[in-house]
Amino acid sequence: MFSSSAFGPSRLGRALALGLPALLTIGALVLAWEAYVRFSGLSQTVLPAPTTVAAQAFAQRAALWANAVPTLQATGAGFALSLCCALAFSMIIDFVPMMRRVLFPVFIVFQTLPLVAIAPLIVLWFGFGLGPKIGLVALVTFFPMLVALVQGYGSTEREIEALLRSMGAGRLRVFLLARLPSALPYFFAGLRISITYAVVAAIFAEYSGAARGLGIYILNAKNSFRPDLVLSAVMVSAVLTLCLFALVAAIERLAMPWRHIHKEPTS
Amino acid sequence: MSGVLLELDRLAMGFGDLAVIEEITMHLARGEFVSILGPSGSGKSTLFKLLLGEHRPASGTIALAGGGDRRSAFAYMPQRDALMAWRRIIDNITLGLELAGMSRRTARRKVVPMLGRFGLEGFERSYPDQLSGGMRQRAALLRTIVQDRPILLLDEPFGALDALTRMQMQGFLEGLWTQNRWSSLLITHDVREAVLLSDRIYVLSARPGRVIGEFDVALDRPRIGSAGLAAAASAIEAQILDLLLNTNPDAKDIVS
Ligand SMILES: Nc1ncnc2c1ncn2[C@@H]1O[C@H](COP(=O)(O)OP(=O)(O)OP(=O)(O)O)[C@@H](O)[C@H]1O
Ligand SMILES: [Mg+2]
Repeated sequence: MFSSSAFGPSRLGRALALGLPALLTIGALVLAWEAYVRFSGLSQTVLPAPTTVAAQAFAQRAALWANAVPTLQATGAGFALSLCCALAFSMIIDFVPMMRRVLFPVFIVFQTLPLVAIAPLIVLWFGFGLGPKIGLVALVTFFPMLVALVQGYGSTEREIEALLRSMGAGRLRVFLLARLPSALPYFFAGLRISITYAVVAAIFAEYSGAARGLGIYILNAKNSFRPDLVLSAVMVSAVLTLCLFALVAAIERLAMPWRHIHKEPTS
Repeated sequence: MSGVLLELDRLAMGFGDLAVIEEITMHLARGEFVSILGPSGSGKSTLFKLLLGEHRPASGTIALAGGGDRRSAFAYMPQRDALMAWRRIIDNITLGLELAGMSRRTARRKVVPMLGRFGLEGFERSYPDQLSGGMRQRAALLRTIVQDRPILLLDEPFGALDALTRMQMQGFLEGLWTQNRWSSLLITHDVREAVLLSDRIYVLSARPGRVIGEFDVALDRPRIGSAGLAAAASAIEAQILDLLLNTNPDAKDIVS
């Protein structure tokens, strides 16, 4: 028998080992990039080397942070809104199947609207404030979650529903006790997809007009011919997305403890 | 035989053009153990769904003694164990009690003393995926009987188990039943299982299911592990097999 403390370092080791291939890949890419810039003689005003980007990012850390915060706020609020809408509409569709045919075409149209066209319009209509950013993030992230939830409800074992009804459960109880938990794995799969779009959507909305935010930072850097600063902001957005992804993975573990058990009895 | 508790009269039903059940007439007396034996696809599970009100019969009637309410008459054990992967074993077992309005605490207090008997002690906080097939079936069986409903509906409770575990579970169920004498309907493809456990056996034809035979099993209990009964049990088994094999040529999988 192992004492639980013996698991501490080995768990950390496992996490590192899991992340190692990804780190190596990223490291190799960055190295190749650095080498290319050094040896091709390309001007750093066209393609800055990763070391330059990192140095600039560090020098500009206060400005980057100040602009990352509003982006993160728009992402978080937009995502929360999207989550609530996805839950609400998925339930409407689940309880009134006819609504699926009413709502899905509309959602699909919204999902396929070109962001390039719609983002400036929304900013034009609703102004430079937080509102339009939240709206755009929600618009982009809503559909994958909705589809995942609806499909998840449908994956519920029929026998479980029949069992619950035999025990006297009504429609709502069957939903809460069986359909919703059955949908969780699907829901989190959709959530992982959505979260990777969320930061990009917020940046895009800011790019179309905002007072502060990574999007507007990128726009200004581009207009003053500073690709190194553009790439610094891109780096920040990538890190933000990775952090949000990790957060979703952590919530997933907490929300579905039964999916993360070893398949041997615990006694 | 004490009074009839449940009576099905010329029950018929199909899905679209597919006739699944044709004129099934059967009854269950209070305290009686009755098995329904039939080839795969003969509509056995569908028959339970009719009793549960999941489907409506095309014709025929289902009557409970004293005009009882069908919605609270049956404790149902579905064909696959239907344990909820996201609920701990204890919460799976108390599900029916909680849905009947019992508080979680009271439900647990009622269930916990029975865990030992069902070989689940120490596993109440495990998730279903952490249990062996036999343990899962015992948990599902316990979830069924704690509901204290007048009639048990057991749909192939041991169908998915290996031969050894299945025999242990049959012995276990026989022991429980002899003590409690629940009025029970058991669906099975296993002729020996039906003979060992039942007071009476209905044999169904291949789809569309009809009752093609009814057998009384007047053997002493306990039957499992009792050598003296082997001959008598085999005789009934042989009769049933003969009926199944001669009535529907595609029921050969029953003997294999
Ligand atoms: N919901 C349904 N919709 C359409 N057809 C169905 C449905 N449920 C069952 N059937 C059909 O009805 C027939 C009988 O099914 P049922 O599950 O009652 O068989 P069974 O006797 O329980 O078989 P098994 O022993 O394999 O469990 C099958 O042909 C099946 O395809
Ligand atoms: Mg069946």
